[in-house]
Amino acid sequence: MTETILTTRMVAHPADSHTIDRYLATGGYDALRKAVTEMTPEDVAGEVKASNMRGRGGAGFPTGVKWGFLPDTYPRYLVVNCDESEPGTFNDRQLTERDPHQLLEGAIISSYALGVSQAFVYIRGEYPKGARRLQRAIDEATAAGFLGENILDSDFSLTVTIHLGGGAYICGEETALLNSLEGRRGEPRLKPPFPAIEGLYAKPTIVNNVESISNIPWITLNGGNAYASIGPERSAGTKMLSISGHINKPGNYEIVMGMTWRELIYEVGGGIPGDKGLKAWIPGGASAPWFIPSLHLDTLVTFDDVGQNGSMIGAGAVVVMDETTDVVAAAHSIVRFFAHESCGQCTPCREGTSWLQAVLERIMSGGGRLEDIDLLLDVSDNISPGLKWPPAMTTICPLGPSATAPVSSIIKYFRDEVEAMIGTTEVANV
Amino acid sequence: MSDATSTVSITINGVDHEVEAGARLISAAERVGEYIPRFCHHDKLEPVGKCRMCLVEVEGPRGSQLVPSCTMPVSDGMVVDTQSDVVKKAQEGVLEFLLINHPLDCPVCDKGGECPLQDQAYSHGPGESRFVEEKRTFVKPIPVSDVVLLDRERCVLCDRCVRVADDIAGDPLLVFNERGNQVQILTFPGEPFASYFSGNTVQVCPVGALTSVDYRFKARPWDLVSTTSVSLRDTVHSNVEIHTSRGKVVRVYGAENDSVNDGWLSDKDRFSFSALDAEDRVTTPLVATGDGFAEATWPEAIDTVAARLGSCMGTEVGSIGGANNTNEEAYVLSKFMRSVIGTPHIDAQLGDGINPQLAAAVTPRATLTDLDSVSTIFVWGPDLKETLPVLYLRVRKAVRNGTNLVVASPAATGLDGIATHVIRYRAGAGHDALRKLASGDGSLKVVSHLLAAGSVVTLFGRSSISEDERLAEAVASFARTLDGPGSLPLLGRGNTFGALDMGLANNLLPGRVSTGDAAGAAAIEDAWGLIPESAGLDTMGMLNAAVAGDIKAIVLVGADPVRDCPDPALAVAALEAAEFVVAIDAFVTDSSTHADVILPAALWSEVEGSVTNLEGRVQSVQSALPPKGRARSLIGTLSDVASAMGADLNAHDVAIVSKEIASVAPAYGGVSRDFLIFEGDADGVIVPTTAGHQPLGYIATDVSVPLVTDRFTLHFPRSMYDDGVTTRHAGSISGLVNESFVRINPRDASMLAVEDGSTVELAGTIRMPARLDPEVSEGSVVVPFNVEATKGLTASASLSVQAVRGEG
Repeated sequence: MTETILTTRMVAHPADSHTIDRYLATGGYDALRKAVTEMTPEDVAGEVKASNMRGRGGAGFPTGVKWGFLPDTYPRYLVVNCDESEPGTFNDRQLTERDPHQLLEGAIISSYALGVSQAFVYIRGEYPKGARRLQRAIDEATAAGFLGENILDSDFSLTVTIHLGGGAYICGEETALLNSLEGRRGEPRLKPPFPAIEGLYAKPTIVNNVESISNIPWITLNGGNAYASIGPERSAGTKMLSISGHINKPGNYEIVMGMTWRELIYEVGGGIPGDKGLKAWIPGGASAPWFIPSLHLDTLVTFDDVGQNGSMIGAGAVVVMDETTDVVAAAHSIVRFFAHESCGQCTPCREGTSWLQAVLERIMSGGGRLEDIDLLLDVSDNISPGLKWPPAMTTICPLGPSATAPVSSIIKYFRDEVEAMIGTTEVANV
Repeated sequence: MSDATSTVSITINGVDHEVEAGARLISAAERVGEYIPRFCHHDKLEPVGKCRMCLVEVEGPRGSQLVPSCTMPVSDGMVVDTQSDVVKKAQEGVLEFLLINHPLDCPVCDKGGECPLQDQAYSHGPGESRFVEEKRTFVKPIPVSDVVLLDRERCVLCDRCVRVADDIAGDPLLVFNERGNQVQILTFPGEPFASYFSGNTVQVCPVGALTSVDYRFKARPWDLVSTTSVSLRDTVHSNVEIHTSRGKVVRVYGAENDSVNDGWLSDKDRFSFSALDAEDRVTTPLVATGDGFAEATWPEAIDTVAARLGSCMGTEVGSIGGANNTNEEAYVLSKFMRSVIGTPHIDAQLGDGINPQLAAAVTPRATLTDLDSVSTIFVWGPDLKETLPVLYLRVRKAVRNGTNLVVASPAATGLDGIATHVIRYRAGAGHDALRKLASGDGSLKVVSHLLAAGSVVTLFGRSSISEDERLAEAVASFARTLDGPGSLPLLGRGNTFGALDMGLANNLLPGRVSTGDAAGAAAIEDAWGLIPESAGLDTMGMLNAAVAGDIKAIVLVGADPVRDCPDPALAVAALEAAEFVVAIDAFVTDSSTHADVILPAALWSEVEGSVTNLEGRVQSVQSALPPKGRARSLIGTLSDVASAMGADLNAHDVAIVSKEIASVAPAYGGVSRDFLIFEGDADGVIVPTTAGHQPLGYIATDVSVPLVTDRFTLHFPRSMYDDGVTTRHAGSISGLVNESFVRINPRDASMLAVEDGSTVELAGTIRMPARLDPEVSEGSVVVPFNVEATKGLTASASLSVQAVRGEG
């Protein structure tokens, strides 16, 4: 299981994988040349559809199917989402900083396939190095004729523009991102209409994640079927996972899905420091419900297996917690993040997330009451009715429901610990 | 039977309904009697789905889902549950969320008692709060403008005010700041919410977050008495609710009339009412003593007026004004002057209007709702934003929905920003531009083609008081060559159209009868007795005649020609030359100060009657209060003067006058107040403009308008907050009178060596700071009319402009 697609170059050539010289020396822009000289846009889109690649941004929606939603109107836009802000995710950062040409080539080929002549890359403001390197890549590619007017002497022309975000997690939500790109407040839009129908500047727009786009050159060169043959059928290809927390070898890993979580944590990640016990882990970023060893260690790392067990692969952030973890503090840390990042436009998220935060803080400071457990669950329920998976929501976007995941997880799996913290302080003066 | 193409079948709570296709679920449900609670939803605003109060369950392919009914369009076969346990829990949850940080200061909140948050907490809330944490606090309240205050603690962030400001008014000055639970509505630093429509945000606010300076702490909603009426601040006649408490008007709210104002008001409509209780209001008859005025009794004053008017020959008397009165008052004034005094010298306009026959009977005449359905709106007249603000909103609405807009003016207007084409012409050279447009060639070719390409409503009037009134007639004539429902004349003063229709014009008799129409005049004589045969003098003619000694007595009815006519010096001379001046007014003005007798006049909200707007729509105004002090309605005042002169006007009350109008004034045949109130449409009645009773169809002709060739031509426009009598006396808006500048094109400025901010001298008399403005046509200077700084300046077509050295 040593197959790699995305990280091959950066692993083999860590010193200069981001340069155009290294990129060209390792087959760079061959895929673009193939696309514009040998393939029609429909051919390229067909390969992407055949690859069965599911979007790497979190929702796991097949990229080729999404591309097929575009109505037959122009102009259209491609927006590459590099607003990677989910606590625990850092794989887009590495793909952007260490192999910007791979990302750029993917964006150019995708634009060709989609009939786009203006693409944007929305990069979070906290990633200046990635933005710098991608801008240099754009300049180099333009000078080399891979970008700009009449790319590789074809009649395909493209401009790629980088936009730096202002530091809001919510701008990773695709419609909030589009608002931000248009100069408006970063607030999610009502859907429908979906961006493919009415997106940036009210034009058909495809928003794809960095990792998804970075796969496009490989798919173009090797064919969609080759990609689809890697890994389990409904979790085709490789997946970047960012493993962090109480783990011996934290970092980004490009894996073929289908292994167990036990293998991922103990073999890929090297196990827990000090051989401490594993208490829980978050399989797919801060917004995902938690997994625990007694139930999930032998669950497979695939989109569907994780989903059927009530959580998600998400953007690929695995956060490992050992037996010493204070789960209330951990959940509070996540809830505080979401309360802080709520855009505030809809009531349940604006008021509910900060209420959850306040209750957790009161419990942590010794003011907890036993009824607070039911209160936490019911406030969560009023944001995400039924606390089911995939989450229902009373909100405009999934941010509010995301904040309920850690709350319901700790009460579900560690209720005794929460009760213990509330402990004898039942009569606490509030 | 329902039309299959325009309705769909939906099921709400197990009951099948046919509802309008394309409607939002929340509105469709409401129309069939299922009320879904809401805060952000508003019928006149685009949906935003923010408050989440209106969540309901809709069955879908993946089972029932909670959806916001305000954003969800109905579709055929939709199955909806608005009362399920899931819905109830979601709604209770949202209400609890809205209340956790709410200050619950209802006992001292102006909204308490009429508050959707209170009401829906009662009907759809959980009944108790589980929130024991510390509430969010903000400094409160903060002024967002001179007339509106914001309490951020009460705000539920429904986005209504922002949408009103952005979408409806076009003043994007309110914004969401911060994020998460620190989100708050604010203005930009240093940029107050200076909108002509700011009061609408107070009215649409579903909580007590936005309050008006005027109403704050003045009354409890359950103490308010509400009277339905229409505003007379301009000729649109926006529908209003007048709210009184303990004998005072304390608030004016917009009322929904989709044919007229969609529920919106200008701040002038809304906040002018405080002039009613102005300290210096005249509330008792005053008689000049030589060095001021002394209070008199009504009988003394009436006797004096009757004696002095009676001592003149009929044609030695003239009356000026009456455009702010009701139709019934105007009719009685017309009858009094023509049949009792025997004079044809009557004018409700003050030299700033257009030919009365054109204004009253332009053919064909469009309606306001026509604006919603034509392909292009063509505006050639005053700046609508400044003079007819609610009409400005209606034009904006049409343009939002895709209508083209063409605007012609010597300087920028409020509509330019959304116009498809702007025709900029030099003041005094409008006829040249019009000829170019009509030729369909040359530089205005594209505009000509657009106007020729579809149906058009033309809104025409004088762009300012210094513009030749014949240009408006030429524009109206051109408009007749365009396809579409016709034109609307633009005049500003409250009930000008009603006054003209009642014969308050030198060339019109009641019911749009021309003074030249012998048969029409004879019919009126049957009812009134003898009246003068010929047309009379208009306001400027009367003023000149007074100076010449031919007019000896002047009746001023709510008119202030010294401040508000093209030639202030002439007005002063005329009032000084006249042997007798009686002013029927509510204030001592620069004009009534020349009067021998001032009779205190009842104002809007103190009289009942009917009024007619710019499209000819007759609506009813109600009295919310008795006249202040000893002020009286014009009907009573004139009846008593007539009676003292031995005549009977048969005007004992409004109902009698109204019936007489319905039988005597041809265009108003049958349109009595009884008809309006008991039989007419709730939106009012448009009196016929073509067939039936309409005696006069005015066909505008392309008159020749001489080109003004002087070095500088004058554009002398009104602004909303000018120094008019009412604005000056309305406390909360009196401070909003615009800053005064002369606006001049930068090229002209550089030739004159004038810089931005430096002082210029106009007509050798008036000095003002200059502002360079590339939107002013070259050769024109833009000077604000009726402000303190330009007091006394004649509205001539041209004027001299000079830089003042060593100043500014």
